[in-house]
Amino acid sequence: MKALNIIYNGLVKQNPTFVLILGMCPTLGTTSSALTGLSMGLATLFVLICSNVAISALKNFVPDKVRIPAFIIIIASFVTVLQMVMQAWLPALYGALGIFIPLIVVNCILLGRAESFASKNGVIASACDGIGIGLGFTCALTVIGALREFLGTGCIFGAHIYPESYGSLLFVLAPGAFIVLGFLIAIFNRLTNKA
Amino acid sequence: MKSTLGNMILSLGCISAAVGAILAGVNLLTAGPIEESARAASVEAVASVLPPFDNDPQAQAINIDGCEIYPASLNGQAAGAAVKVSTMDGFSGLITLMVGFDTSGCITGYSILEQAETPGLGAKAQEWFRDSTGHRSIIGSTAPLKVAKDGGEIDGITAATITSRAVLNAVNHAREAFNQYNSQS
Repeated sequence: MKALNIIYNGLVKQNPTFVLILGMCPTLGTTSSALTGLSMGLATLFVLICSNVAISALKNFVPDKVRIPAFIIIIASFVTVLQMVMQAWLPALYGALGIFIPLIVVNCILLGRAESFASKNGVIASACDGIGIGLGFTCALTVIGALREFLGTGCIFGAHIYPESYGSLLFVLAPGAFIVLGFLIAIFNRLTNKA
Repeated sequence: MKSTLGNMILSLGCISAAVGAILAGVNLLTAGPIEESARAASVEAVASVLPPFDNDPQAQAINIDGCEIYPASLNGQAAGAAVKVSTMDGFSGLITLMVGFDTSGCITGYSILEQAETPGLGAKAQEWFRDSTGHRSIIGSTAPLKVAKDGGEIDGITAATITSRAVLNAVNHAREAFNQYNSQS
């Protein structure tokens, strides 16, 4: 039950995109289509679970004063592993996400969860926190990406819903990312405040 | 845990060593496939821009004027070449493309290998310049190219003139390198 609570907490109550407003750079930068948003979310989910587990397992061996460098080394190594694996077996996706994969290292969601959750809780709880926060991030990015793709090009996941010429390109470009994100934050807060 | 100089050095040292070992292992596992997939992408691009050939253009690749040239031949007869060219003039910087020429210098095809142009605008370049609508297509052309806006005859991508210019200039650069190669052989 506790595990489910932690996952729900990350997914909704402390959703990294709509409530904590963390990791805005990849959120705005990679969501020009639903597919890239989803892949970025899944990549972050993978690194987040691995780093949360590793950090909570090592928390008793790391002195307080050097904990941040230790966390960063652990996070950076998982990101590098992910980068090499994607480059080897998913080169097309790696090409689409480009610089945003190595930039997962500086995503403040990862260090934030390491510092505020994984370094104070057990391995299983930390894994659940990684799953919850990671899924919250993935869902948020997929929804933003799908909306931008739909409004901008008339497709969702590349499937045409209405003719492309009726789409407003603004939503695929940077300003559209801010507009969609702003409206989604407003809607999300309205829904969760009521409940 | 209380920090002392000794345990700080020990813990960071141990973590770094362990991480280094893991990364070295993963690198060993993935180095082969990464090289393989880059090579496969290049082979595929060469095949997609040229008429049928039966040699291995990768093995005979030469570099002229900053362009990689992959000569093709069929039954021992020269069958043109694919030219890999890069430009930094795209709207978002680097664009790399592969352009195919037959022996008479006629463009047989092109493929964009790397680009970061705006989705929905400049990113259309992959399909745009082979579209037979209007004066978009560069396939079959034998002369240097320019967009209509600059007084040329090719219709640029709507709302992406910078990308169109960059692509056409890169194609022209590839043509110069190809002509140089053609006059040598």
